[in-house]
Amino acid sequence: MSATTTTAQQQVAVPAIPVREIMPWAIFGMLIAVLAVYFVGAEQGAVALFGGEAIHEFVHDGRHLLGFPCH
Amino acid sequence: MVGTLLLRGMLCGALAGVVATNFAWIFGEPTIDWAIAFEEHAAKMAGEAQGAEVVSRAVQSTLGLFTGVTVIGAAMGGLFGIAYAFALGRFGRIGPAGTAVLLALAGFLVLAFVPQLKYPANPPAIGHADTIGARTGLYFSLLGLSLFAAGLATAFGRAVAARHGGRIGTVAGLVFYAVAVAVVMMAMPTVNEVPDEFSSVVLMKFRLASLGTSAVLWLTLGAAFAWLSGWRPGGSRRVLA
Repeated sequence: MSATTTTAQQQVAVPAIPVREIMPWAIFGMLIAVLAVYFVGAEQGAVALFGGEAIHEFVHDGRHLLGFPCH
Repeated sequence: MVGTLLLRGMLCGALAGVVATNFAWIFGEPTIDWAIAFEEHAAKMAGEAQGAEVVSRAVQSTLGLFTGVTVIGAAMGGLFGIAYAFALGRFGRIGPAGTAVLLALAGFLVLAFVPQLKYPANPPAIGHADTIGARTGLYFSLLGLSLFAAGLATAFGRAVAARHGGRIGTVAGLVFYAVAVAVVMMAMPTVNEVPDEFSSVVLMKFRLASLGTSAVLWLTLGAAFAWLSGWRPGGSRRVLA
């Protein structure tokens, strides 16, 4: 690739995606992330939706090593 | 378009989770085993009865670890994909791959490194059962505040950049974030429930393994996402330029 092409392409700004278009996906993505973080990071620790401690015990090592308070 | 980025992020995040699981297994699991042995010994000395194992250690340290880290990887990847959709084309002339790499560094800094500075990860045997509610609340509060501060810092940096150029804007944003999280961390209570007899070497190894797991997760996520955005190591500098 020649130096001129590189310079020419540097000038081209990447078009931004309109915020309106991102919002529905952002809410959807946030929801998935909150659910995942809750079940791996907190369920059957400080708070519990399900009884017992099977979920807590199953993801136990991951919860510790990812830095969430476990017990 | 955005749906594709979300999916791409989640797939790269899951892949990053697989890689990070290996790191966690190699460097983290030995310290967890040590901590559990310490915990059991302490319980025995105190004459406490051992509870029945719900999930065996063999499952916890392999399939359980893999599931936890990979699910978090996919979740962080999804957030990454959304953040990428917002960031692309809004930070000067940084191209697709450069945006991915910078976002991964930011993700590690904001969602792992900074929260860990105040509330570092703890192995089993550390932490009283009756403070788990407070500790969970504090940890997630700091996580949220760090993310919020990063959002404010980005808005501030962009405003400065619009008037004084990208370089000064970047520095302004970083300084804003550093000062904001420093104030937050000073205001929040310190937690230290490490037993006196717990090995400081094991504790340090565990915390480094934890931080390393997050670093591997975010960097793999960023690299994989950049790859899918067209970047090739040592190849064309077209996209990175």
